[in-house]
Amino acid sequence: MADPIPPARHIGEEVAVVTTCLVDQLRPDIGDTVLRLLRGHGYRPIRVRGAMCCGQPAWNTGLTSSARRVARPTLAAVAGTTGPVVVPSGSCATMMREFWPDLFRNTPEEALAIAVARRVTELSAFLARQAVPQRDGVGAERVAYHDSCHMLRELGIREAPRRLLAASGVDVVDIAGAELCCGFGGTFAVKLPEISIAMADEKLDAVVAAGVRRVVGCDYSCLLHLQGRAERRGLDIETVHLAEVLESA
Amino acid sequence: MPDAPMFAARAHIALRDIRLQAAVRNVTGQMVDGRRRALTDLTDPEGVREIARAIRYRSVERLPDLLDHWATNLEARGGQVHWATDAGEAVAAVRGIVRRRGARLVVKGKSMASEEIHLNEALEADGVEVLETDLGEYIIQLAHEPPAHIIVPAIHKDRNDVAALFTTDAGRPIPPDIPAEAAYARARLRNAFLTADVGISGVNFAVADTGSICLVTNEGNGRMVSSVPPVHIAIMGMERIVASWAELDVMLALLARSATGQRLTSYTNVITGPRQEGELDGPEELHVIVLDAGRVGILGSEFREVLDCIRCGACLNVCPVYRHVGGHAYGSVYPGPIGAVLTPLLRPDESESRELAHASSLCGACVEVCPVGIPLVDMLLGLRRRDAADIGPVKRAGFSAWSALWSSRLGFASTRIAAKAVLPLARHARGGPGWAGAWLQTRTLPGGPRRRATGGRKGRR
Repeated sequence: MADPIPPARHIGEEVAVVTTCLVDQLRPDIGDTVLRLLRGHGYRPIRVRGAMCCGQPAWNTGLTSSARRVARPTLAAVAGTTGPVVVPSGSCATMMREFWPDLFRNTPEEALAIAVARRVTELSAFLARQAVPQRDGVGAERVAYHDSCHMLRELGIREAPRRLLAASGVDVVDIAGAELCCGFGGTFAVKLPEISIAMADEKLDAVVAAGVRRVVGCDYSCLLHLQGRAERRGLDIETVHLAEVLESA
Repeated sequence: MPDAPMFAARAHIALRDIRLQAAVRNVTGQMVDGRRRALTDLTDPEGVREIARAIRYRSVERLPDLLDHWATNLEARGGQVHWATDAGEAVAAVRGIVRRRGARLVVKGKSMASEEIHLNEALEADGVEVLETDLGEYIIQLAHEPPAHIIVPAIHKDRNDVAALFTTDAGRPIPPDIPAEAAYARARLRNAFLTADVGISGVNFAVADTGSICLVTNEGNGRMVSSVPPVHIAIMGMERIVASWAELDVMLALLARSATGQRLTSYTNVITGPRQEGELDGPEELHVIVLDAGRVGILGSEFREVLDCIRCGACLNVCPVYRHVGGHAYGSVYPGPIGAVLTPLLRPDESESRELAHASSLCGACVEVCPVGIPLVDMLLGLRRRDAADIGPVKRAGFSAWSALWSSRLGFASTRIAAKAVLPLARHARGGPGWAGAWLQTRTLPGGPRRRATGGRKGRR
């Protein structure tokens, strides 16, 4: 998928960041980390005030009006910014970039939604646009990378996070079934919890079999699900957002 | 209550069936690998998929013309075409032929369309013996079960299950050894082929230009049921048509590769009419039942592309939901992602069918492998919107309240503060009301103390 924004001289470039609802509600520190990470890369990140939720839970349930109601203030807030819109979640980025034009079709916000959609980029794809210096991997920490579904299949982002991890001196270990859904799937996790858990267990078993204890991902939603399941099973596995790994490197 | 209560209940049973779990994971895994390997020997697999998609799109677009052309050509060769608007008409047409011929034994090749119309039960009610001759279908017929996969109907059975079924059928011990099992089935079925009065098959593709039908099989039973008995009845979903042999060639190249990972199946039969004058073999009569049963309704809708499906089953094999629960959890002839889309479209009046649109995490693995590019995820979302009225008043009110809360900054901040206060206390609970309870039964919630990745947490505001 073509990136909408050409790579530019980026030092000091203003970047609008939508930290996403799950992060804001449950792990606001990840949002702060994303901002620090972007600053560290030379950007001038601005948290979009008033951006809350992209509306995906209701959209995926088939409830268009609830989805619009939630997404509308976020759309308005993002539309009030300029430049790239960076989202530290493949899933929310997909909603904004691929589905907002559908969500707002035949509404007064349609043109706005299309204009904003074009500006949206997922965090790792955005960062990987700049040349990334590769580090010596000696003594590197071994982690598993979890491909989240929207990120991989809707946005087509596979290599960017792996490149960034490698560049930060982390050794990314292949796990079996890396491209299988972890079972979160938004409301799927609570609508069909037994199947959701079976899928999480398959993923966690693959992580254990690979002999690593950290799982890095670009969607806090998947990570929260896998962490919750690992904890309940008593597994010594920790899930971390890509931004946390890159920022602490 | 889950959005898919019947599906959830059946999945609950499947998730506890250890043998099913192992068998389904094993076979789907083999098929996923096989498909990947088989596609690499095409010079440009993506290009072929694009062509196949265009062929299917155009075929469905011109469906009435193609069917008319095909039927004219088939009738000119002595074939008889029966148009069935619903399952009842299709069953009646088959019953009529079977009765007229005074048939006592019917041998059947694999046919999903015949499953769709529940043909076997109807014929058996007339006192006719119906024998499935596809090995997988034969196994599940003995088990009195519906197919669990579009192309591997007995995917959930292992050799021990099969040995038990065959032992009962034979009245003597058949060991759980695959060659011995195959030998038993071969001897049993061979006799039936030779004595059957009518053979019934499905249709993989019809070719309009020559009035042909094409059957794709690996066991040779398709050739037997269509050529040995004096009457051959083929049951075809009305969308299964292409214009020409050139188009058929493309579809066959993708069907076998996508389905079983083969370049071509062992038997590809193309049948153009019954036995002609001067020919030595073939049936006296060839009948093709063309089945609408809801398809015409799909034609004019936003879900039209579902009719492009060539029933390869690739979407089932990659689907993480299907891999964990198998086919019977769907309670439909068509399981997996294609079943979750097709079933609510073919049977829109049944809530049990409509709920299948929710039997997916929307991961999109199905879309990635579909040889004809059906946008299954978009369709699942479309169906959820179409049937939004099925979402009960309580849940709907919940979504309304949530959307009211989260469309104001104050509301959004209030849940954040509440979460911060509640999560550390509630995160280890093992149940509770509603969705929170559904989560907590098997998972903890976030909000606990965290080990820091590397270094301290800097600059937290």
